[in-house]
Amino acid sequence: MIRTFFIFVFLILSFNAKALIEVDITRGNLNPLPIAVSPLSIDEESRKNFEKILKKKNIGSEISIIVEKNLKTSGLFNPLNKDAFLQAPDIANLKPRFEDWNLIKAQALITGKVNLINEKLRVEFRLWDVLAGKEMMALAFTTVPNNWRRVGHIITDKVYERLTGEKGYFDTRIIYVAEEGPKTQRIKKLAIMDQDGANNKFLTLGNELVLTPRFNPTSQMVTYLSYFRNLPRVYLLDIETGMQEVVGDFPGMTFAPRFSPDGKKIIMSFAKDGNSDIYTMDLENRIVEKITNHPSIDTSPSYSPDGKYISFNSDRSGYQQIYTMDSNGKNVKRISFGKGLYGTPVWSPRGDLIAFTKLHKGKFYIGVMRTDGSGERLLTENFYQEAPSWSPNGRVLIFYRETKTDDKGEGFSAKLWSIDLTGYNERLVVTPTDASDPSWSSLLSN
Amino acid sequence: MKKLSIRNIDQGAIMKLNKIFKNAFLITIACLVLSACATQKKTGQMQGDVYTGKDTVEYLASGVPDRVFFATNESVLTTASRETLRKQAAWLRKNSKVTVVLEGHADERGTREYNLALGERRANAAKDYLMTYGISSDRISVLSYGKERPVDSGSNPLAWSKNRRSVTVKAN
Repeated sequence: MIRTFFIFVFLILSFNAKALIEVDITRGNLNPLPIAVSPLSIDEESRKNFEKILKKKNIGSEISIIVEKNLKTSGLFNPLNKDAFLQAPDIANLKPRFEDWNLIKAQALITGKVNLINEKLRVEFRLWDVLAGKEMMALAFTTVPNNWRRVGHIITDKVYERLTGEKGYFDTRIIYVAEEGPKTQRIKKLAIMDQDGANNKFLTLGNELVLTPRFNPTSQMVTYLSYFRNLPRVYLLDIETGMQEVVGDFPGMTFAPRFSPDGKKIIMSFAKDGNSDIYTMDLENRIVEKITNHPSIDTSPSYSPDGKYISFNSDRSGYQQIYTMDSNGKNVKRISFGKGLYGTPVWSPRGDLIAFTKLHKGKFYIGVMRTDGSGERLLTENFYQEAPSWSPNGRVLIFYRETKTDDKGEGFSAKLWSIDLTGYNERLVVTPTDASDPSWSSLLSN
Repeated sequence: MKKLSIRNIDQGAIMKLNKIFKNAFLITIACLVLSACATQKKTGQMQGDVYTGKDTVEYLASGVPDRVFFATNESVLTTASRETLRKQAAWLRKNSKVTVVLEGHADERGTREYNLALGERRANAAKDYLMTYGISSDRISVLSYGKERPVDSGSNPLAWSKNRRSVTVKAN
């Protein structure tokens, strides 16, 4: 499916002006940038054709709504109410009357145009600096009409990148575990959706327990744990073809899988005779290597983005703590020394931080620390939460949170939440069912 | 000891209040005493934080409980657990065709992956003990569910203590 998602990007005008507006994403943003997202203009004939193909009345406004929602969710932008817009979309796209946009306090403006050309959806958009009265960016995309949501996400990524100086994370997907049923007999299915919750799809039927799906950073492959035939093993799933295969068929339980950054290996735990150690399997030649060899529990391995190091969870000190080591298992170092227990270390795609779950005095925290364990920062506290996964730009974490049940066992729920690295902008990620174990994909278009 | 001191306090309270308010409050106090007894009974189902009650326990055969319980983050067998496992071993020796799966579990207060490992470690602690009492490893397989299959869905220390367990399940 993804292979047909070719998107052609043209630079309409190479405009090399210095960024006039800048959004600082390194701090909690209490003053999100006021931005006007004008509906993308569309000629009547294209509008009618798209209505036939996509069953959307005005695809131009639909795409702009996606951009608007994405920008709002990021917490860095404040999309202004369209009712206040004075200029018509088609005219604004040719040459905005900056005084009008200034009047409603917009600092940035997005305009654009949609056409149907040779059965293809062509979208052009422009980003304007309202105060300076200048165009900051102009791009055009051509793709199949069904990709219209992705066009909205790609526009957001381009705007985000232009204004913050860092890559976006909007044209991405989340794979997670959908949950239903009573707590004692939970039914779990693999599910996938766009980053904004659209296009939710279940990938397994719920006949067997499935846990901890993780994306391959380089392709649309997923590794996860399945209890198929009551044998907990690590599996590989190709989302495009639906093909599944067992990769961790060792004489015991394999679990906690993750891909290496180049996507060529799976690193996982293998438990046998009461001891869990970390192993890798090369997916091309199926060669298995034992990485840790210790009588304690070693699990939750995660590679650094350059593939040179591995962080993992071990109770070799007596309690769950976070360790790092070289990718060959040498130079094991404990890095978590704060009060409490530490689990689920995940190396940031930027390489500088490790996100983790911490349990201290009956509360669970999602936090980050530098890769040597210094600079620990707790982002959020709750009754139960764990399993952070990084957005591909390393600015946002998605995790899951469970609620406490009362003495009758009522009131349980599991939901996905996201939070900025700054500790601000905590948000519920809406899913059709209860949800856990989220994993964020890389950018689909690069 | 504990039980006594609780009763003393409550009775002292009853006497004081009787003097002042008489009958109407007797009912309230009776309720207080009852609830005090109820919580006492509850904590009586745990030793440290290991479950010692019978609520969730099923039986492989008469007098042979199917499960043993663990302290938080621990996989050490308690004296009571060892006694249960000796009974299981004796029963398995008598029923030499039976094979079993030891299902290891953890409570909900831990990260998923660590709990999978912990459940495996608990079930293996039980397996090792059965083996020292003459049960062949061929007859025992181990399956960890981590925190995926609690028996008690409550979010309280007693519920968690019931869920930290290794259950011996007949496989044939």
